Amino acid sequence: MFQHALTIFIASALINNFVFSRYLGLCIFFGVTKKMETAVGMSFTFTAVMLISAALNWVIYTYVMIPYHLGFLKIVIFIGTIAAFVQAADTIMKKVVPALYYKLGIYLALIVTNCVILAVPLINAEENYSLFESMAMALGSGLGFSLALILMASIREKLELADVPKSFQGLPISFVLTGLIALAFLGFSGMITL
Amino acid sequence: MYEQMTNILLQLVNHVASVFLNNILPQVSAEGGAVADGSIPWDTVTTTLVVLAGLGIVFGVALAIVAARFVVKQDPKVEKVRETLPGANCGACGFAGCMGYAEAVAGNPDVAVSLCAPGKSAVAEKIAEITGKKAEKVDPKIARVFCQGGNSLSQRKFIYTGVMDCTAAVLAAGGDKSCEYGCLGYATCMRACPFDAIKMSADNLPIINKEKCTACGKCVAACPKQVIELALMSKAVVISCHSKDKGIDVKKKCQVGCIACGMCVRTCPVDAIKIDNNLARIDHGKCVVCGLCTKKCPTKAILDHIPVRPKAFIDPAKCVGIDVCEKVCPVNAISGEVKAVHKVNQEKCIGCRMCESRCPKNAITMVEVSVGAAQTPVKEQQPVSA
Repeated sequence: MFQHALTIFIASALINNFVFSRYLGLCIFFGVTKKMETAVGMSFTFTAVMLISAALNWVIYTYVMIPYHLGFLKIVIFIGTIAAFVQAADTIMKKVVPALYYKLGIYLALIVTNCVILAVPLINAEENYSLFESMAMALGSGLGFSLALILMASIREKLELADVPKSFQGLPISFVLTGLIALAFLGFSGMITL
Repeated sequence: MYEQMTNILLQLVNHVASVFLNNILPQVSAEGGAVADGSIPWDTVTTTLVVLAGLGIVFGVALAIVAARFVVKQDPKVEKVRETLPGANCGACGFAGCMGYAEAVAGNPDVAVSLCAPGKSAVAEKIAEITGKKAEKVDPKIARVFCQGGNSLSQRKFIYTGVMDCTAAVLAAGGDKSCEYGCLGYATCMRACPFDAIKMSADNLPIINKEKCTACGKCVAACPKQVIELALMSKAVVISCHSKDKGIDVKKKCQVGCIACGMCVRTCPVDAIKIDNNLARIDHGKCVVCGLCTKKCPTKAILDHIPVRPKAFIDPAKCVGIDVCEKVCPVNAISGEVKAVHKVNQEKCIGCRMCESRCPKNAITMVEVSVGAAQTPVKEQQPVSA
């Protein structure tokens, strides 16, 4: 079981990296990678929210939705759960750790409607993963997303100094870069076969 | 008629309901494990409703508990200020979004209320009301061109055939214009303007669009001759020349340059004009924008940017014949016997409003009359699309 979970973890982090292989979560990916500081902040918040929301959704899926044959309501219920949880986390963080709230609070609002956060519980449900496997999947996806953000932020900070042709400045060159990194990530694809 | 309408409505509702129940529900219930033979799977419908309602109640109660348990006391002013702000999060105020500015302006007494650029003075006044701070009146600025010597009115030293850009032309012996202070007319400012507020006239001079100009200063920075300056919009009388040459040299190079003759200095009723370095300068702190100097200037180097000037009218019912207005009028447009009703000579009146503020009985009103009051520069301002 442990080995299978490890496989899922590595596969979701590298081989099926959400940004570079599945091309999900691109708005946040391009939005927060202008500065390393925001990218790191987003990475932490994102991974934490991902883990907790995957666990919550797994519980609701296994103990509520399967017994009542409500599989077709996955999207609605998962979005509701994530939104409620993020809202609660927002309120609690504001009271308990205001410093952290002012650093990461703005990302929380962005995360509610993020497709990667929704995709992880959906995939978990589709593949009928156990709780342990779901957590491995969530952690792997979160860390994979963080890796993508930090890679991109460090490149884009260097890019500020580069002499980019005017028509390529800003978003276009970032897309080109993403494509190149995605090509590099293709190299992982033969590593493990699920 | 009502019966007919209700009938049609009922039919419509029935139709929609039957489509929903017969075609859509069976498909979803197939995944849910219920029947798919066309009958309505009431079990699935009820469990769905119950489960969704249950989850909704659980989440709602949980959020309510969290909100009550972890409530953070916030200055109510912050929320009020945030509501008045436009909410564009443009960052023009220098803070991180509208919320950042709202917190700063409510919490820090040193933060001014007038920092919101899109909100303009209306928002500033409201913020001042909420926070109890003083709203300084923001006098809007505009870019003004300090040169009227277009192609037809000025001389050229040589024929310039290089790149058609002022910054390039100025490298060739300071540009081809004889006057070294004047506008070169190669439209660098027009290209620099991010708001499309500058057009070149037929005479190759920039014309600033009053509505579009935001006084951002991009043209000021772009002009290699420093011909454009930011000035207060309300001070609409401007000596539109930068030439520090002697009068005789100015005459040779340009027909509309300031020759420092001193006529405006003598004309100005409030002593706002001084000649310095062969160039007349208006002290805008003193200037009352009467426009007298524009009329007296022999070379028409002074521009009046007010297209229509109002005329003074004396209300005969209120006038008691104190001749304050007669004395204060800079153009002797008012006449009348003491203790009798005074009259304004409309042809002489220049709409300077000097009499209006002096009359103790408030008998003088200013009325905008469009005929014959427009000044000459307006005629020149025919933009040519470039």
